[in-house]
Amino acid sequence: MAEAVDYKIIGERPVRPDGVDKVTGRAQYGADLSLPNTLIGSVLRSPHAHARIKSIDVTAALSMQGVYAAITSEDFASPDGEVGGEAAGSASDLAKNVMATDKVLYHGHAVAAIAASTKEIADLALDAIVVEYDVLEPVLDIDEAMKDTAPLLDPDCYTQNLPEKAEKPSNIASVMQLSGGNLEEGFAAADIIVEGEYNIPMAHQGYIEPHACTATVNEAGQATVWCCTQGHFEFRSMTAALLGMNIADLKFIASEIGGGFGGKTVVYLEPVAVLLSKIAGRPVKMTMSREEVFRATGPTSGTHCKVKVGAKKDGTLTAASAWLAYEAGAFAGAPMGPGAMCIFAPYKLENFFVEAFDVLVNKPKVAAYRAPGAPQSAHAMEIALDDLARELEMDPIDLRLKNAVQEGDQATYGPKFPRIGFKECLEAAKNHPNYKTALEEGTGRGVSAGFWFNVGMQSSAEVHVNENGTVTLVEGNPDIGGSRASMCIMASETLGIEYESIRAMIGDTESTGFSNVTGGSRTTFATGMAVVQACEDIIAQCKARAAVTWGVDEDQVEWQDGQAIPAPGVNADVKPLSLADIASQAHKTGGPLLGRASLNAQGPGPSFAVNICDLKVDQETGKVDVTAFTAIQDAGKAIHPDYVEGQMQGGTSQGLGWALNEEYIFDANGVMENAGFLDYRIPVASDLPMIDCHIVEVPNPTHPFGVRGVGETPIVTPLAAAANAVRDATGVRINDLPLSPPKILEALDGND
Amino acid sequence: MAKVIFPDHLLPFVGGNREINIEAKRYRELVEILETRWPGCGIELEKCAVAIDSQIYQDAFLEDLLSESEVFFVRKIEGG
Repeated sequence: MAEAVDYKIIGERPVRPDGVDKVTGRAQYGADLSLPNTLIGSVLRSPHAHARIKSIDVTAALSMQGVYAAITSEDFASPDGEVGGEAAGSASDLAKNVMATDKVLYHGHAVAAIAASTKEIADLALDAIVVEYDVLEPVLDIDEAMKDTAPLLDPDCYTQNLPEKAEKPSNIASVMQLSGGNLEEGFAAADIIVEGEYNIPMAHQGYIEPHACTATVNEAGQATVWCCTQGHFEFRSMTAALLGMNIADLKFIASEIGGGFGGKTVVYLEPVAVLLSKIAGRPVKMTMSREEVFRATGPTSGTHCKVKVGAKKDGTLTAASAWLAYEAGAFAGAPMGPGAMCIFAPYKLENFFVEAFDVLVNKPKVAAYRAPGAPQSAHAMEIALDDLARELEMDPIDLRLKNAVQEGDQATYGPKFPRIGFKECLEAAKNHPNYKTALEEGTGRGVSAGFWFNVGMQSSAEVHVNENGTVTLVEGNPDIGGSRASMCIMASETLGIEYESIRAMIGDTESTGFSNVTGGSRTTFATGMAVVQACEDIIAQCKARAAVTWGVDEDQVEWQDGQAIPAPGVNADVKPLSLADIASQAHKTGGPLLGRASLNAQGPGPSFAVNICDLKVDQETGKVDVTAFTAIQDAGKAIHPDYVEGQMQGGTSQGLGWALNEEYIFDANGVMENAGFLDYRIPVASDLPMIDCHIVEVPNPTHPFGVRGVGETPIVTPLAAAANAVRDATGVRINDLPLSPPKILEALDGND
Repeated sequence: MAKVIFPDHLLPFVGGNREINIEAKRYRELVEILETRWPGCGIELEKCAVAIDSQIYQDAFLEDLLSESEVFFVRKIEGG
């Protein structure tokens, strides 16, 4: 378990510095900005899921009074190469997703945009745009899409990573394999083998705040963009690439953000708003409706998975194989890689084989969603393990403990594990009171486990010491889950000053150094590391200022509890100098104190989670009520436990929504039939019990305070935990999600 | 010598070798040696993350290698 470290504030739960503005409505979100003379931008979207664009005529729209600009893909640059960061992929595909070129590839695909003086005029102008389509057969089913006979979304798409170069185009954009040992021998050594086939439909991140931005371009071609984003630096890069602009001519300012979960790591509106503003010569504001969010922004992949697992009678796993097909949507880039790398990662497994597919279908292009790809594959594996435990009549946690990886074990995705806390999580689950509580009649209990890598990446931070010794932190990561508070805590601990003396702000792209997105569970780890280093820079400067003040050498000064003191043995008759003392005299000792750090953080430290789910199934209606849920996760070290628990509860809620209700429902023409929160049902507070959180702390040795990322792992586990609990409650195994009332009733009826 | 292990998708670019041993003091030197041995593989390696002695680096370059280091190339990790 964790080493005991006597921190002063790390691990405490102070009030977040941005809380008051957020609960009183003062905080400014993406759609809140109002500039004089702002025009409203609107997007014309495809009524077809798959069609060739024969022509687009915006003449009539442009002639309408109050319309200032109309654009199509012809107004964009033709970027090549790749865009980096979290949304890494083909710049050409990104451009085509923002505005369709020769084909529309999903219902809701953008084909043109208008800037007008009012929303009403903009919508009328959209109606006046004439688009001629040659309608094509949509490809909506992943299994059908993989067949040689399927209509092609992209005739230039040849499957990548095949042993031999593909000779004809396919909807399978790429494949990957992972293997180890000898699968045949592994299964031959098994006393028992379980296998299953699992389907999960496409689901949305479900952030409450729709995409929104305002752009203004001046006569010199310099643009300023306000938007809700997980990463304004990467939005700047993407917009520059899509419009052929110089990055130096683009300034991005991140608003507060009402949820992202990976879905706000990629541009949709921003390049359109810049282009419209450039043409119109006035600011342009664009806000998506909820319907547009569903139809045209990044859901996560629907999947079809097959898993086979072999084990000895004592529960030792001998072999496992997986076949994983992930929907990419309209363009390549499904998260099948992490899905394949995560599926067996929690377990010691010598003999394994994983094959994964990135498959084009006429649905929205998928975007990242918390631990992209992992929940779907973990759902399959963790159900298979539950079946195995039942066959072996073994406690499901004991089965996982018997096979759990620990430090030094070879991960199925390649390297040996560094220090990890999976066994500690499993033991915490086994010993948790909620696992020992007797179940009420009609209630079932399910267990599952999950893994996520976490990432580091680039971050920057500056520490400005004000003349009274208070501190302003500037960082480049939008605060989605309470990171301002975590940054202030780490600065407080490092500098040795009061938490309340520190304020954190999110700098725009011109006022702080480059930072990758707030995503990948990286911000508290990587940006926190930058904040700590920037504070250490301040401490070094303060020691130098104290040395000058006292007339001693710098190495004769130490920093302790927020003040400079003479080092042990130094014979100096001086009083300690606090940060406030040094700051107040900074004008005499060299000028203002400014610390800074920028880094590419490495060694993020993997994270594991275990869930215990209790639920009741109404035998007459098929409705599932979750009665108790326990989330256990290794956080390395919880800087602010409220926000670690917030991530655990948030990820769990989303995972349970995905497990029980959420799904994209398409008609035969590829039109989403439930593009609103009434019909696409995410869980609300009254749907769920209080989610009990148990934070395990096995420090990550590469972070100064032992932090591991915590934002993504919580969604990996609830899908299977719920499925296993439904199995326990009903005696019927349902391999497909969501576990909605009709599906459960059908399964119960079939069982009768 | 550092032990270098390649995943399935890189095998076509490194002569089908799953595992090789290479004398290199830094990651950059290792990649230069691999590129010399299998011209063109560097572009594919650049698309990967690399795990050196259990720690995953998304953008390795100057990292030190020890004589007993284990180097695994893995797909770059994305996140949400």
